Amino acid sequence: MDTHDSDVARPVLEGPDIARVLTRIAHEIVERAKGADDVVLLGIPTRGVFLAQRLAAKLEEITGRKIPVGSLDITMYRDDLRMHPPRALARTEIPGDGIDGRLVVLVDDVLFSGRTIRAALDALNDIGRPRAVQLAVLVDRGHRELPIRADYVGKNLPTSLRETVKVQLAEEDGRDAVLLGAKPTAPAGER
Amino acid sequence: MSKILIRGAQVLGGEPQDVLIDGDTVAEVGTGLGAEGATVVEADGKILLPGLVDLHTHLREPGREDSETVLTGTRAAASGGYTSVFAMANTFPVADTAGVVEQVYRLGKESGYCDVQPIGAVTVGLEGKKLAELGAMHESAAGVTVFSDDGKCVDDAVIMRRALEYVKAFGGVVAQHAQEPRLTEGAQMNEGVVSAELGLGGWPAVAEESIIARDVLLAEHVGSRVHICHLSTAGSVEIVRWAKSRGIDVTAEVTPHHLLLTDELVRSYNPVYKVNPPLRTERDVLALREALADGTIDIVATDHAPHPHEDKDCEWGAAAMGMVGLETALSVVQHTMVDTGLLTWAGVADRMSHTPARIGQAEGHGRPVSAGEPANLTLVDPAYRGPVDPAGFASRSRNTPYEGRELPGRVTHTWLRGRATLVDGKLQ
Amino acid sequence: MMRHLISAADLTRDDAVLILDTAEEMARVADRPIKKLPTLRGRTVVNLFFEDSTRTRISFEAAEKRLSADVINFTAKGSSVSKGESLKDTAQTLEAMGVDAVVIRHGASGAPYTLANSGWIDAAVINAGDGTHQHPTQALLDAFTMRRRLVGRDAGLGQDLAGKRVTVVGDILHSRVARSNVDLLHTLGADVTLVAPPTLVPVGVEHWPCEVSYDLDRVLPKSDAVMMLRVQRERMNAAFFPTEREYSRRYGLDGERMARMPEHAIVMHPGPMVRGMEITAEVADSDRCTVVEQVANGVSIRMAVLYLLLGGNEPAVTHTRPATERPAHTAFPDEEK
Repeated sequence: MDTHDSDVARPVLEGPDIARVLTRIAHEIVERAKGADDVVLLGIPTRGVFLAQRLAAKLEEITGRKIPVGSLDITMYRDDLRMHPPRALARTEIPGDGIDGRLVVLVDDVLFSGRTIRAALDALNDIGRPRAVQLAVLVDRGHRELPIRADYVGKNLPTSLRETVKVQLAEEDGRDAVLLGAKPTAPAGER
Repeated sequence: MSKILIRGAQVLGGEPQDVLIDGDTVAEVGTGLGAEGATVVEADGKILLPGLVDLHTHLREPGREDSETVLTGTRAAASGGYTSVFAMANTFPVADTAGVVEQVYRLGKESGYCDVQPIGAVTVGLEGKKLAELGAMHESAAGVTVFSDDGKCVDDAVIMRRALEYVKAFGGVVAQHAQEPRLTEGAQMNEGVVSAELGLGGWPAVAEESIIARDVLLAEHVGSRVHICHLSTAGSVEIVRWAKSRGIDVTAEVTPHHLLLTDELVRSYNPVYKVNPPLRTERDVLALREALADGTIDIVATDHAPHPHEDKDCEWGAAAMGMVGLETALSVVQHTMVDTGLLTWAGVADRMSHTPARIGQAEGHGRPVSAGEPANLTLVDPAYRGPVDPAGFASRSRNTPYEGRELPGRVTHTWLRGRATLVDGKLQ
Repeated sequence: MMRHLISAADLTRDDAVLILDTAEEMARVADRPIKKLPTLRGRTVVNLFFEDSTRTRISFEAAEKRLSADVINFTAKGSSVSKGESLKDTAQTLEAMGVDAVVIRHGASGAPYTLANSGWIDAAVINAGDGTHQHPTQALLDAFTMRRRLVGRDAGLGQDLAGKRVTVVGDILHSRVARSNVDLLHTLGADVTLVAPPTLVPVGVEHWPCEVSYDLDRVLPKSDAVMMLRVQRERMNAAFFPTEREYSRRYGLDGERMARMPEHAIVMHPGPMVRGMEITAEVADSDRCTVVEQVANGVSIRMAVLYLLLGGNEPAVTHTRPATERPAHTAFPDEEK
């Protein structure tokens, strides 16, 4: 995740915007998944998990059914492991009925190079065989390095590589916001 | 005959004096001696000592010439200021017959760097079961007077008693390697706090002390003298002190490494610190220094134990025990005893020359530096400071625990019966 | 940075907790249909075993394979080692093959330390048990088992073992498991008591961060975990204790003794057990005995260690002991200047 001084960062989405965007995505999922009968939401730690939980709550409001939600840690599948010290692992929590034959919707905060999603697809492969996999992200900031696109996007945010995008969520950061800032030094490998 | 004038040396650490060597003898000691026809050695600030005598050297020949030979070992001795060394009997074959001791004696004569006095084994093959032909070795050309199974303990009390008694007939002495074998099965290092932590088999102090206690009592009982090799514990010091106070004829030696190093070093698992008896604790080190200073321990002996590189370049358990010591002994003694104020240079001459020569009956060695005495002399620069560099050793082996360590003092000249074996630190 | 795992004493509290937390995630891989992660793809790990230990070797091998490492097993028996090849030559051979890590089991205490610090080899060295010195992954798997049972799987994340009372019973003198456990459990805040006949406690134990007792019955009611160590029958011949029967009576764990332990307390054993000697079948087969769990946990712990040492460009665990020799500061007792 980018680190930067939030004083110079400009909010592009505030709390109410994020709530609205998630509601929209929930409706889109129901629409595209024809009722979301077999949807399993898997958030990618850290903030993707909170987004997945919020989406699940909204889907439950819409459909009146319990929506399975879990987490998928992709650390061990990253393609840049050899470029950093090993990271602490996050939790992978697959809902009880598994993912076989289901529609898995991966949920993450920011879509950037696409490498995280590539790793997530590999990780899914070792866990089961979904009917289909879709991707929901809060922000798509462009600059893809792999042929990957999101099925549900909260906000398309054209950025330059000198800029940073930071998502804050109440569960982790105490408030909801998407911040656009300037990268202070050399470009770091944001996802 | 050539003349050498050593000018302005502090004889035994005293006031500067000139010493004139004529041929193989000290001709004159005084001030303002004439230099006509003599090679002059300027010895300003240096200490002149009688040539050092090592009662405990492993020259390894015959049998382990890959680690040392009589020639390389005596060159190392000359480098370290020694003019006489006693060669231990644990060679291959063991020096338990007149034939083997005469061979070592003859090789020493041929080397010319240092007198070599072979030590005979106490028991056949060092096996502790049957007395070797001690009389025959004494009567041989080698004239053996010191007997030792060093490396192994004469642990059978009856054999030890007989040996002590038997050598009285010709004034010999038994030098005991005090190590109770059952208490030291699988021993790898001093038993204590560090061994408990490192999981290395313990070599308890009591295994040394119990044998020393037994042997001084045996010596008292049969009216013999006994010499204790490489005493290493504070408890051993107390036993020897008690024995001497009782009038028992016991002498004891300490190695330079037991005056300096402790078992804390074993934490590195570096086999260069593996030695028998093992490095002990700081308390032991301090007790040994004090005992050497007060005369409870009579002498410093090196236990120079060369080993080839491969026997030390391995895991601790597989490594050989022992350290080379001839070329660093005087520096370690200066560091631990002289520079600490525990011993004067005259004291060093006593502990490293006079007394070992007396115990081993090394004729012509350990004599006073005065006119008419054999010119076996060593000149030391006590102001020198420098790291130990094993690459410069004359010994064939490099297994020194002091590599890179800053030690004081350096032997610059050694004369064996007037012939310079070492000049300005270079072997001749 | 820590490149090697040689001694449990080298681990800080945070390092140890990180390893336990990582192992908790690794353990979940065992529940998946595909028990494999791509993390160490292309890395070569050698299991260099100079001593027979099928259990430890297959545990490491399972961990290595689950992380997709290439595994080479090198056992001394029947190899060049038994023909007199030295540790150094073996190490240099492995180095020439370009291995990334060496898991070493050796009968000589300190052999892994020497291998790691000798300059013979660049690979990471993981100690799988050396002589009577250390067996750090065993201590980690024991701590992991205790944390799961006494604190909880999820509740334990990020936690140490502060205040837990652990009793280790048996042949302490010859046990690398005991040494490693004392070091690690102390680091994790547990209170350790060693129980053994005095003959099987090393001289110098008074400097260890633990208590020593000769009375098992007094200690049992105050134990949250009781770890029984194997006692080899041949020790009897070296007069460490008079008879097997007397040993069992005084220091063995049977059902009656187990009943004196608190309700929640567990019985552990590093295996292999000598049933009838230090532990009765009744205790070994009870559900308070964690022996089988310990085996499963061993794989998770070893995966965690391998990942944290080899998974990145540099290890994630700090090392308190420098990779070079310790300074010889204690060698000159008189030099206070």
